[in-house]
This record gives sequence, C-alpha cells and structure tokens, in this order.
Amino acid sequence: MAKGNSEHTHPIGESTKRVDAPDKVTGAALYADDIQFGNALLHARVKRSPHPHALIKRINIEKARALPGVKAVVTGEDFPGHIGLYLQDRYIFCRDRVRYVGDPVAGVAATRVEIAEAALDLIEVEYEVLPPVLDPEFGASPTAPIIHPELGQYVVANFIMPVAGTNISNHFKIRKGNMTEAWGQCAAIIERKYRIPHIQHVPLEPHVAIAKVDASGEVTLWDSSQSPFAQRDLIAQTLGINQSSMRVVAPVVGGGFGGKAGVSMESLAVAIATKVRGHPVKLLLTREEEFYTAFVRQGLISYFKIGCDASGKILAMENTFYWDGGAYTEYGVNITRAAGYSCTGPYEVPNVKTDSYCVYTNHPVGGPMRGFGMPEMHAGLEQCIDDLAYQIRMDPVELRRRNCLTEHSILATGGKMHPTGLAECLEKAAQAIGWGKVAPPSSPNKRRGKGLALMWKAPAMPPNAGSSAWIELSEDGMITLGIGCQDIGQGAFTVAAQMAAAAFGVPFESVRLATPVDTRYSPYEWQTVASRITWSTGNAIINAANDARTQVLELVANAWEENIDDLDIIDGSVVSFKTEKEISLKKLVVYGLPKPDGSGWLGGPIIGRGSFMPTYVTGLDPETGQGEQAVVHFTTGAQAIELEVDLDSGKIEILKGVAAFDVGKAINPEMVKAQMEGGLVQGISSALFEQLQLKGGVVQNASFVDYRIATTADAPLKMQSIIVEVPQADGPWGARGIGEHSMVPTVPAIANAIYDAIGIRFDGPPFTAEKVYLAMLDAGIVKE
Amino acid sequence: MNYHKISLTVNGSQEDVIVPSNMTLMRMLRETLALTGTKNGCSAGECGACTVLMNGEPINSCMVLAVECDGATLLTVEGLAQDGHLAPIQAALIEAGGVQCGFCTPGVLISAVALLRRNPDPDEAEIREALVGNLCRCTGYERIIESVKVAAKKQAALAFTTA
Repeated sequence: MAKGNSEHTHPIGESTKRVDAPDKVTGAALYADDIQFGNALLHARVKRSPHPHALIKRINIEKARALPGVKAVVTGEDFPGHIGLYLQDRYIFCRDRVRYVGDPVAGVAATRVEIAEAALDLIEVEYEVLPPVLDPEFGASPTAPIIHPELGQYVVANFIMPVAGTNISNHFKIRKGNMTEAWGQCAAIIERKYRIPHIQHVPLEPHVAIAKVDASGEVTLWDSSQSPFAQRDLIAQTLGINQSSMRVVAPVVGGGFGGKAGVSMESLAVAIATKVRGHPVKLLLTREEEFYTAFVRQGLISYFKIGCDASGKILAMENTFYWDGGAYTEYGVNITRAAGYSCTGPYEVPNVKTDSYCVYTNHPVGGPMRGFGMPEMHAGLEQCIDDLAYQIRMDPVELRRRNCLTEHSILATGGKMHPTGLAECLEKAAQAIGWGKVAPPSSPNKRRGKGLALMWKAPAMPPNAGSSAWIELSEDGMITLGIGCQDIGQGAFTVAAQMAAAAFGVPFESVRLATPVDTRYSPYEWQTVASRITWSTGNAIINAANDARTQVLELVANAWEENIDDLDIIDGSVVSFKTEKEISLKKLVVYGLPKPDGSGWLGGPIIGRGSFMPTYVTGLDPETGQGEQAVVHFTTGAQAIELEVDLDSGKIEILKGVAAFDVGKAINPEMVKAQMEGGLVQGISSALFEQLQLKGGVVQNASFVDYRIATTADAPLKMQSIIVEVPQADGPWGARGIGEHSMVPTVPAIANAIYDAIGIRFDGPPFTAEKVYLAMLDAGIVKE
Repeated sequence: MNYHKISLTVNGSQEDVIVPSNMTLMRMLRETLALTGTKNGCSAGECGACTVLMNGEPINSCMVLAVECDGATLLTVEGLAQDGHLAPIQAALIEAGGVQCGFCTPGVLISAVALLRRNPDPDEAEIREALVGNLCRCTGYERIIESVKVAAKKQAALAFTTA
C-alpha cells in the first residue's frame, strides 16, 4: 500500500465530490441513447409473445419484409445458439416455444421507429397454446407442465444443480447438525410462510442498445450496461463471433440495480445488426416494455421454521424457498444459491436444513435486483425473529443481541465468520430510533410503531470473478486510471480515483479516468454487480498503483544512486527521506532521467498494471452445502424504522429511517451515506407500493401510473445513516461494499414496525393503504 | 405526414426548425437540435426526466408537440450554466450530493429552477411538493431536497452581493 500520507495524496475517508457530477448537471453526460449515429441509423422493434406458454407452429415474415423502409426481419431460425450466464437455457429469438408474455419471437430493423412498429403487425405467428405455470411451488411439483423439457441437456456452471425432467433449474441444500434433536431442545418454535412479489428495477434510463456489424464482421455494441465484458463473451459465443471481434462500449449508465447486468435485450440488437451490415441498429425499450421484458426481481414463497431455547439462543432453522425464476434463469439460479448459503441471516445457528429451489414459471425472466435474493429472504426471516422473541417474552433487540454473528461464529456452510461490526450496527440503529421509548402518535386517528431488522450479504459471484486496472503516467504529472467497472450511479468512478490517488501518491485532482468503459481499451472487469467494485476493483487499482510506483521509485533511485526504501511519492513528487531531494513526476515519467554519470538516459514511459481475483473461495458439498469458504466476505448491518399507520385510510407514513452498516472502511463517507439513503428509500418503496401485478402471466401495471415508486412525498421525513468500520482483511484500506445492502432489511423493519403499531402481520409486501385498512377492518381495529 | 416550420427561442438562441406534426418537443430537442440533456424516461409524462421550461413554466416535453412551441421560449438543462459558470442549483446539486446516476438530474434541475423563481425561499414541504413529479430511483431524494435548500441560500447570497 502507498506510503504517501499528506492530506492531498491520501483522500481515503474524504468525501470528495463526484468526478462525473459536472457533466451530469450540465446535460453534457452522454448516455447510450444520446450518442448520434447519423442517417445510417436503423431502428429496431421486437415482436413479442402474447401468450405465457405456447408452441410456435408457424411464422410468416414475408409481408413485414416487403414493407418499404424495412431493412431486415429476423426470427429464431436465424440464430440457433443458446445463451445464458450460468445455465444456457435461452435462444436469442424463440425457435419452437414461447415461455412468457413478451418473449421475443421476431425482430425488425427499419429506417424509422414507426415503420418498424408497423412491420411487427404484419408478422404472422401461429401458436398452439399450452397450460402455463404461474406459481413456483406448483411449478416444483411433479404434476406441473414442464417448461424446459431440454433442461437435462443445457450447458450449466458446475455449482448450479438443475433437476432434469422438472421445472427446478437449481436446488441448493444445507444439511447441518441434528434437526430432530434440536427441535426437542427448543422452548419456542415459530413457523411462517411469506410471499414476495415480483418487482421491477425501474432505473430512470430505459434499456437501450445500439449494435453495428461492419463489412469485415467486426461488431460494436453501445449499450447501457453493468456487464460489458460478460456481454462481449456471451453474445460472441452465442452468435459465433470471435470474442476479440466483439467490442462493447458502455457510456454513462442511468441506473441499473442489477437490471442492466448480464445479457437481456442487448443480444437482440446484435443479432438483428448481423443482417444489416454497416448500419447501426438501435433498440430502445419503451417504458412499458421495461416493465415486462426487463429482468424482474424474482418472486419468492418462503417457509421458515425457527426454534430457540428459553434463553433465546437460536438452536434450529428449517427453510424452504421456492423462487419464482420466470421463463429463463439468467441469474436466478445463483440467487437461489446465495439465499441458500445465507439462509440463517446474520445469526449463528447450529442446526440447519434448507432447500432453496429456483423454479421455472411462465412469468417474466427473473434476474438480480439490489440485494440478490437477500431482501426477499430477510423479509420473512427477520419477522420470524421478532415473533420468536415475542413468544419467549423477550425484547426483539435483545434476542438479536444474543444471536447475532461475531468473529469466529460458525456459519451455516461450516466456515467461520470474519471480524464484523454487526453488534455495533444493532446497538447504534436501536439507539438512533429510540428503541424502547414510546412516543405518542401525531393524532388520535394514528398508531405509531417502531421496527428493526438485521441483515448480511456476501458478493454472490463465481469464485473466479476477476478485476483489473492500469495506471499510465503523463508528461504533466497526471495519472490516467483504466478500469473496466461501471459507474451506475453508485459513485464507483469517484472512489476509484480516490483509491488511485492514495495508492500512487498524487492529489485526487491529478487522476483522470479512462472512461467510458470500452472492452477494446479498458482492462477486464467481470461485472459491475454484487457490490464488489470498491473491494475487488479497488484491490486491482492498488496493485496497478504499486506496480507504477515501483517503476518510478526504481528509476529515481538509480538516477540518484539512492536506496528505493528511502524514497516515496507524495503529492505528485518523488522525495527522498534521506537526502531530502525532491523531483516532480512531471519531469520524469515519460522522458526518464539522465544517468548519474551523464552517459545516457534511464527509464521511459511508465504504465502500471494490476489485477485481482479471490483465489481462496472453495466449493460447497452439493448434498450438505458444507465447505471451508463459500464466499469472500459478508457486509452486515441494521435498519430501524419509526412509522405511523393512519386508521382512517390505512396509509403508512415513514417518520424516520435509520441505517447502520459495517462497510469496513468508508472510502468516501458521504457517498456511502448516499447509498444507505437511496437503498432505504428503494426498500420503503418496495415495502409500501411495488408489485408487478400478473394475471394469467400478463403484467397488468406496466406504467408509472399503475406501478408506483416512491416520490419526494414518500421518502421519510428523517433519515440517519451510521457508518461502522471493522476493517476487511483483504479489502482496500479495509473496505467492503454497501450498494445493495442498504435495501435488504427495510421490508422486515417496516413489517415489524407495523406489527408494533397495530399488531397485524401480513404474508408479504407491499403494505398498501388498501391492504392495511382491510386487515385492520378484519381485526376489528377500525369499524366501517 | 405534414411538416411545419416553427420559430422558437431555446436557451436564448433563436431557432427555426421544420418538424413533422407528430413530433414531440422532447424528440425535437434531442433529435433535431441535438440537445440530449433532456432525457426520455417514459414518453408518457410520468417520470419528469424530460422536464423543460416553456415560457417560464415547467412542462413534460414528451407531452407537448413541437408545433405547439412556435413562438415559445424554452429553457433546457444546457441553458442553465452561463459563460461556463454553473447556476446556483447546479453547483448545489454537486455540493450536496444530489446526483447519482444523473438521468433524472436535468428534469430535477428544471423543476427546481421553476420553484426557486416562484419562491426563492421554499420550506421543505414546498420543495417536496415541487419535485413530486420528478422520479429518482437512486438518491432517496434527501440530498436532492437538501440541494434545493443550498441553492436557495446561494441565490439569496448572490442577490445580497449584487444588491
């Protein structure tokens, strides 16, 4: 790590302003849809299935092809390859069968959007409608219609366990301890079932992809993307393009939350573009399409059975999760796995039995969304913890205090917990919300309540997800940092610049970023997902900075005939602690330095390189889920909510939200807090309003009028963010990720607060005014 | 398709453009004038990302036809900074951390400008109300609301120094 220690060269823990903010407030920032392509641009639209499940009997595209202005019409016949991140279960365009309403059946490129849309109406598709599967628990049963008869033949990653001949695309198991014995020792046992609906990511920027295939077959894709390198790899493989002939350029991203990870609509644009060489082909999803064709957050039906002894020590946990994975499983299979190995929540539980199933249904395609299964899983679990506490007449905070993970706790997978500030997060969140203190409601027709929930989450990724970075020095003493991660709004670019400045030894202002990310020029990054960028890319940046530093210091040491250990780079200058000599980087990093005897020159242009991969992650036994180190680490935290329920309307008003998370080290504290605030409000939104309403597989609320997200009127009146810092041994300056975590415990914290206020539990969010009011009516709390 | 020649003032500059009948103001700004700061979030007047000032009033530019703007005066995000100097609300958004992915930012800025022109010293409830039509999925709104408060102070300070 860098030795530089002046305030300027060590902007770690400083809330520097975002590097991308000036462009974003002036309208200068270029998002993918803003790039101009001139008259050669063609517009693509996609013909989609109106049925949740059907066989394709016949497609006729002749009339569409004959429409003036139409340049290409493609169908599944044109692209025989399968695509998929962990389980290759999709064609780019459907070939024999459609599996959800919106499944792409044909694509059109035309000179104008209106012509492309008119052409869609001219494409004739004949279907044989099949019975759909619309519930994951039913889907996992032997009587359900089979959605992917070919499941046994699909190419699959070795840590995913599909069950051929069923709709189960992954079955993750934990078998630990002796359940029968454990239940016998319990003083209290809670059993509950919860349902979590599909929700959408709703980034403000809709998905857009522009693809161009030039005369020699070189492919360029410009798109709003969290995963440019994964897209290069997967799309190239599926379309039989040389990987190095495929280039993905990822401009400024207008929000992602997991929805722009992996490959979704991007492959459609590339596939269509292969048929109209030389033309850029733009596919921009309408907001309506966004709602039903972009990855949805998977639905979940969860069963929990949790028991503790009279002192509140949790002894046993038995969980069954049925994930509504939708028609295909880009990430869904791994979400199922992540929820499986995280199934105990942040508690030490000696006896665990868990079955986590990813189930194909004829619903929209399930994908990752902020939290990767954790908000869904914690929603039920953290309500059970409260109920368990009530059953043994213990304060829920006290029960959590007695069970929450500490360093060396044994995890459900058998490994040991690393140092964690979870207990401190719990105490601080409880204190900030005034736990145990009862405040009167603001009016007689309101009830007030407080709730709290804990969380944990690991970066869910393959064990070999890598990052890399390079640092190039310029004549003027600036450094250019090359990275392949994306700034999707979370502030990755700013934090990367802070880390490069600190690790190398130049002022923050001396760092330039080589962006936008372009797979042809940027260093490899697995994907901007899993809240792993600060940690993983950060380590790559440190390695690149150290490589460049070493080159600079060796050069100066040779020129000055000094020992490298006596030199350092501070504020953009190399200094000698021994001789007190000083030389600015400006003078030496490109042209080198004269040899001490004047006989020639030393050095030359300097480029540092660094990469990082967590090589220490081990696999898990497929039958027991046991293994030494399942994941790299866990970020832990707590949220607490104070709210009021309006007895006249059922409306819930969030008065105060508190978030406390152990981020290891806050590289940029204000941006860490901004993530906590954003996640809290997204969590509140999902708790109070959000649900993709599906009727017979058809989305009923595909607009902002019918699918409501939180506005300024819904954000809490008060928010408090608390940073806890227990360093991560292998984190850059000790840092861990925080992007997703801030949304994980919000729903159960709200549910627990509602219970505190009115004594009612719901089987799942959203806790809409209507639902709350009707429940109060049923319970006799209010009268008609 | 009928085409129309219209004249309008955009960010202080006189523009004559020919637009088809069905072209929205949002598309005209983005595609004809290449002012891509105005964003397309929903094309249905629901998200506020395309908000611009038309004759001083904030409107969703996706809900107005370009032909309706004949003779109008428009302000988009590109017109906020003057001579390379950020407007107080732009500086405030950077200072208070009101920008994350930035896609809602142009619309938020314009709505905030409209509010501050109408009411130079809004309280928090008024700020929340003025921005209720600008959806943001990143920030949790707290820092956007704070930004408007900071901008109001900056503007007051500006008025004081120039008085």
